[in-house]
Amino acid sequence: MKGSKFTKRVSKEAYAYTPGLKVKLATTIYKTRRLPVPGEVLVGMGDSVSYDTIVARAFIRGDPEVVKVSTLLGVEPEELPEYMYKRVGDRVKKDEVIAGYTALFGLIKKRATSPIDGTIESISTATGQIVIRGLPVPVEVDAYIPGEVVEVLPREGVVVKTNAAFVQGIFGIGGETHGRIRIAVDSPEEELTADHVTSEDKGAILIGGSLVTLDALRRGVEVGVSCIVAGGIHHKDLKEFMGEEIGVAITGQEEVGLTLIITEGFGRMRMSRRTFNLLKRFEGYMAAANGATQIRAGVIRPEIIIPHEEHYEETSGDELAAGMIPGTPIRIIREPYFGAIGRVISLPVELQQIQTRSYVRVVEVELEDGRVVIVPRANVEIIEE
Amino acid sequence: MVVLRKPNEKMEYILATDVGSTTTKARFFHKRDGEWRFWVAGEAPTTVEAPYEDVTLGVRNAVREVEELTGHQILTPDGTGIIIPYDGEKGVDLYCTTSSAGGGLQMMVAGLIKTMTAESANRAALGAGAIVMDVIARDDGRRIYQKIRRIRSLRPDMILLAGGTDGGAKAHVMEIAELIKAAEPKARLGISYKLPIVYAGNKDLRPQIKELLGKDFALTIVDNLRPVLEIENTEPARRAIHELFMEHVMSHAPGYDKLMKWTDVDIMPTPAGEGMAMQLIAKVYGKNVLGVGLGGATTNVYSVFEGKFVRSVSANLGMSYSITNVMKEAGIKNIMRWLPFKLDEEEVANRLMNKMIRPTTIPHTLEDLIVEHAVAREALRLGLRHHKGIATRLKGVRVKRTIGDIFEQALEETYIDLMKIDIIAGTGGLLSHAPWRAQSLLILTDAFQPEGVTWLFQDSVFMMPHLGVLSTVYPEAAWQIFDKDCLVRLGTVIAPRGLAKEGEEVMTVEMEMPDGETIREGVKFGEIKCIELPERQEANITIIPQRGFDVGNGSGHKVEGKAMGGVVGVILDGRGRPLQLPEEEGLRKELLLRWWHALNLYPEDELKELV
Repeated sequence: MKGSKFTKRVSKEAYAYTPGLKVKLATTIYKTRRLPVPGEVLVGMGDSVSYDTIVARAFIRGDPEVVKVSTLLGVEPEELPEYMYKRVGDRVKKDEVIAGYTALFGLIKKRATSPIDGTIESISTATGQIVIRGLPVPVEVDAYIPGEVVEVLPREGVVVKTNAAFVQGIFGIGGETHGRIRIAVDSPEEELTADHVTSEDKGAILIGGSLVTLDALRRGVEVGVSCIVAGGIHHKDLKEFMGEEIGVAITGQEEVGLTLIITEGFGRMRMSRRTFNLLKRFEGYMAAANGATQIRAGVIRPEIIIPHEEHYEETSGDELAAGMIPGTPIRIIREPYFGAIGRVISLPVELQQIQTRSYVRVVEVELEDGRVVIVPRANVEIIEE
Repeated sequence: MVVLRKPNEKMEYILATDVGSTTTKARFFHKRDGEWRFWVAGEAPTTVEAPYEDVTLGVRNAVREVEELTGHQILTPDGTGIIIPYDGEKGVDLYCTTSSAGGGLQMMVAGLIKTMTAESANRAALGAGAIVMDVIARDDGRRIYQKIRRIRSLRPDMILLAGGTDGGAKAHVMEIAELIKAAEPKARLGISYKLPIVYAGNKDLRPQIKELLGKDFALTIVDNLRPVLEIENTEPARRAIHELFMEHVMSHAPGYDKLMKWTDVDIMPTPAGEGMAMQLIAKVYGKNVLGVGLGGATTNVYSVFEGKFVRSVSANLGMSYSITNVMKEAGIKNIMRWLPFKLDEEEVANRLMNKMIRPTTIPHTLEDLIVEHAVAREALRLGLRHHKGIATRLKGVRVKRTIGDIFEQALEETYIDLMKIDIIAGTGGLLSHAPWRAQSLLILTDAFQPEGVTWLFQDSVFMMPHLGVLSTVYPEAAWQIFDKDCLVRLGTVIAPRGLAKEGEEVMTVEMEMPDGETIREGVKFGEIKCIELPERQEANITIIPQRGFDVGNGSGHKVEGKAMGGVVGVILDGRGRPLQLPEEEGLRKELLLRWWHALNLYPEDELKELV
């Protein structure tokens, strides 16, 4: 009987609220490198590109500058055109006189000058203001990862393809960078301290274990490390390092001297063995990394891309993560079992009471150490194999 | 646009969803014995983002949960839509939804004077359910180039431009309009469409505004929201914002083109739905209401005060995505003060950071729950402070002052007076999911500090937005469900304003219980008591405060009224207003535990272990 207390109902399959982080030995990466405004694409189909290759360039319209010319001259807005020396579309130089008048045989002289180099965009007889558009500002986009150009987006950019190992972190700061991977610790449990960072690590991507300390970060900046990857970081160290508290997780623009990627979370957290072992396997390889994180409205997770030519059996790509079924490997992402890894035993349909006395949807999990625990479904993530 | 497939009286099943920033919540309603009731809820992660980028997937998952729990088929066999209408076996008669996914409706507003038209424009946008990214005004303290840079960096969904009374300022309003044009703001969702601008300023400027902005923007012109200084008319602007939200914003968000075809009623921003629910409470009871939606990303506070509806949104105060921002704004010490057990400050900070990066997780242990409840108190406190900054008297209008005002030195900017608030209502995940209702009652009480006699309500399983949107097409059904299944009567809080030494008498309360018995309780300072009075029962009360304490009629003056029963009961709160926690740690913890014990707030055994 449906819903009867005598039958235990289970879902055949259930979604996980938190998508698992990707840790892949081999996958095909496609990176779209796009200009913020239309411009010129500098490479062609099939071209080989490297980390620093500039693939597209554009000019962004300059900032506008508003000048209250009628106020400066002391004339009515509607009279303004009579006193303008320049017309809409004319180029002007900084400090060049753009409007003025002389009265009383030269005794009264009033002038308005341009505060910037630019072009006259509008002359308003309603407000007496003119808008001068600044000179265009060049912007360039590099390839970020080495590989082959597989698509040219006319006037916008390109798509670069490469075969690579791919690791996602949970949180990061700092933008795109690249460097050679060096494993700085002996195990995923070990902390990454300043002693692990040497002067030879300039430009490197340093891999730590369970925690990166504040002095390690500072030493990293000192020697010019490109990126530090660790399982966890203490909140107060991050705050100290950044010089401010993180309010909302939208990062990537920080200029703190290096890129930081945290793979597990805040506090001391052993780096997942899969992540650690994968990074270890590619020690000495060049890799691209980006700390940019956005949790809300378009999730972006930090990433490490390690291009390689080796032939492993390709693991699944970007297809949508499947749901949980009995046997699915999962990780618990909240106390009291934070970080524990296990497999789904069952997915009871009925709500169950947990310690808080809340009734929630749960999943029954067998942990690696053999314990069987019941946790809220919301507190697990699927490990993608 | 509303296209109902059946007349209201023939309907039997209604499905409503809210596509939230974190989760999509489906609520299933059914007419039984001639009465509309809530049946079951289903929830699933929202799928607005990569790799899914189609909100209908999340809606399908949430509805599938409803199907699983009820055995009632709702989705078409191929899962690409909802079966409408109910055919005697499967389907629903009406489907409607609200949405705040992908950041909701994000707006920039501009006006002439910061405290006048810009403030009115801000209230209009907030009232329409928007998150206001910035308010640009002529006197906002920024240089012109700073304003331009700011407008260029924002990527709003829409701009509301006001300024000038009808027949008033012209040139200065045009200056602001020229500034916007020069900055060339781009729309958030794609560069392929024109950014919508609603003009609600001086009507004499309409031709000029049309000429200046008509080509580059999707311009809509509506009645001036401040036609004269003494009147604020936000309704036309609000309506235009809703229409543009559907036409321009929603249709560009991932999957919404499909979802728009599924629904029978226009998709409404979640806060607009929530606001309608709050207004419904005020209307039905004829009282002043202070409402709050404590969400994952934002805190929305609503007030209906002497008929005037105002909403504020604190965009970065929330319980998941924005939880660390609460810590940043309130300070970790203010969060820690609500914890009666020893927990390292850094440990709490780390936990909050972990919640931010994994926002969908929920507390599993009691300790974790209590930490989140501490954050909630601070988010609500800050949210109310923000609301008071929005719910202000119209500035620029001459105010008649009484002798009393002169003695009070300055007239308070806000008109929100907690003593005159009759009802406080809460919604949002944390409040609705609080395992025991007394917890949400005390969270609301500690944060908002109601004064005098206040009735407290809360949303049972988070369905106020759903019922808000439903009320636009089927108000009778919405109210039946609202009354029976949504609105949980928590009880009444009786709290005198004033302070004293611990142990001193604060008030005496006499309650005429429904069975005829009269209860007389004395309350001492620092004390909190709970008297059981079940839901849907009332008691006549007489409150006699001590000198120095006010329950609505002035210091030491008696007040007579009605206490509403509830799942918690009637709370006699002698802790004083403003509520102050002792600096000394031991004393503070002891006091917190005493209050919690009085309300049986958390499971005692587990709590003892923590302390």
